[in-house]
Amino acid sequence: MPPRSLDTDVTDRDSSLEQQAVRRSWFLSAPALIVLVFAASGPLLIVLIYSFLKAGPYGGVVWELSGDAWFKVFFQRDIFDETLSLADAHLSIVWRSIQLSFLTTVLALALGFPTAYFIATRPQRSRNLWMFLITIPFWTNLLIRTFAIMEVIRNEGIVNTLLMTLGIIDEPIQMMFTNFAILVGMVYVYLPLMVLPIYASLEKLDFRLVEAGYDLYATRFKVFTRVIIPLVKPGIVAGSILVFIPALGAYVTPRVLGGGKNMMLGNLIELQFGQGRNWPLGAALSMTLLAIVMIALIFYVRGAQREGAGHG
Amino acid sequence: MAKASARAKRFSIKEQPGFTAIALTCFAALYAPIIVLVIYSFNSGNSVAVWGGFSWRWYVAAWNNALVQEAATRSLVVATCASLGATALATLAALGTTPVRPYRGQTLIYAMINQPLMVPEIVTGVALLIFFAIIKVATGYSGLLYLIVAHMAFCIPFAYLPIRARLEGMDLALETAAADLYATPWLAFRRITLPLLWPGIMAGGVLAFVISLADVVITELVKSAGQETLPTYMLGQLRRVITPEINAISTVLLGISVAIVAVVFAFSRKES
Repeated sequence: MPPRSLDTDVTDRDSSLEQQAVRRSWFLSAPALIVLVFAASGPLLIVLIYSFLKAGPYGGVVWELSGDAWFKVFFQRDIFDETLSLADAHLSIVWRSIQLSFLTTVLALALGFPTAYFIATRPQRSRNLWMFLITIPFWTNLLIRTFAIMEVIRNEGIVNTLLMTLGIIDEPIQMMFTNFAILVGMVYVYLPLMVLPIYASLEKLDFRLVEAGYDLYATRFKVFTRVIIPLVKPGIVAGSILVFIPALGAYVTPRVLGGGKNMMLGNLIELQFGQGRNWPLGAALSMTLLAIVMIALIFYVRGAQREGAGHG
Repeated sequence: MAKASARAKRFSIKEQPGFTAIALTCFAALYAPIIVLVIYSFNSGNSVAVWGGFSWRWYVAAWNNALVQEAATRSLVVATCASLGATALATLAALGTTPVRPYRGQTLIYAMINQPLMVPEIVTGVALLIFFAIIKVATGYSGLLYLIVAHMAFCIPFAYLPIRARLEGMDLALETAAADLYATPWLAFRRITLPLLWPGIMAGGVLAFVISLADVVITELVKSAGQETLPTYMLGQLRRVITPEINAISTVLLGISVAIVAVVFAFSRKES
């Protein structure tokens, strides 16, 4: 955290007033901060500690320092000849999570940008209605929306039933419990998170600049890539981050649509606290997920600062 | 000549080829599955894909299901307590963090308040599971308070943001004017600041309620045995054959969220 420089040319009276304001600020924030330390940041520290302990036989931990959990995240020992190899089971899930989240982000951008653009170019009155239509799914239960997708793509679902009734296919297309299902589900549930920040950027876009581009004989494509995209970039980056981060830590969507075989990182972590009964490994995997998210966030903040623009 | 001007009129600088089609497809795709889900909640048959005629059967079934009743009550209790608590704390924090100048430690407070938005839910859930397990062993208490506190924590940023936005748009000179007229700080707060801030507090509280009501991941990890909320109950039903009862419960929950968000949305538009 960069230390903020306080103005130096303040008089003594001002600075004592200012100190009072700062004290008041901490005092009023204290109750919220206490709850957050107790039920958000404090427990995170305990996770970090647990990742360096030994697993208890029936879940929980043995209070003994050990690098086992972190070792297991990346490597595995062959049960017969003790040779080391990369922990495929874990790393493939980590890799799948990154791939699926990336694809989700790309698809959400491909669909979300035109949607945001469409809304931003409507007349003011109908714009509010379109925004309302995007906001509703954003605030509705993610589980319910995942259920809705499931009922559409299940073997006995509406798509397969319809195609079979029409005689296009003889047996249902297996879509559930595949990576495809997770991808469709994640794009579906996270799309509003892409549209909202891009819309916020597009709303501020000065279309006279677009007009100027056309006046200077730029093609539609040139205007789009050279004028519109650069101006809306903060919104695009914010939207991508807002989609990528929850997608990477997704638990509900892969559990409902991917089933046991197509786990993502979130499911692998939960498994360690359920059937897996390896709490330190679960803690180490959680910290791995958190690290990836933090790296993404740091890139975002750096980029935003360089752009000198707000969060879009 | 006339033809050329007609063509010129048709060239709109705002238009991008294909965007309207993609946008409308997206809107259709966003709503179609939800509409199908709602329609099949009224199915008289056992299937969520084959239509057997209209009936309230599954709503009656859900209403009479003791497990659903219990889970729904628990969901409401947790969401009410958590959102009230989170809103009170967030209001204080918003009042504290809207200063005239930046100061040391401000970034830390922001980071802490927004932490639940940045850290993946599964990580927060795991952290709480571990931490509460330690407290459970130490105190022997395994009641609903754990869920309420957990929900309160992740609801704080959702309550904080609208309150803070409202506060930033407010004219702070009014408070100073009240002080100039010999109002005590408390009187000025109660008669000037609070009434002006009220729409933000309502919006924050209501959104916190919606967020708490919808939570699955943290609840699933934090709850003690037998502490199902509606979302975790629904998730548990996945292992069984899915009947339109799930659709009926979903429809009711959807209705509640949509109604609440519609009211907040209408309110904020009117205000601005």
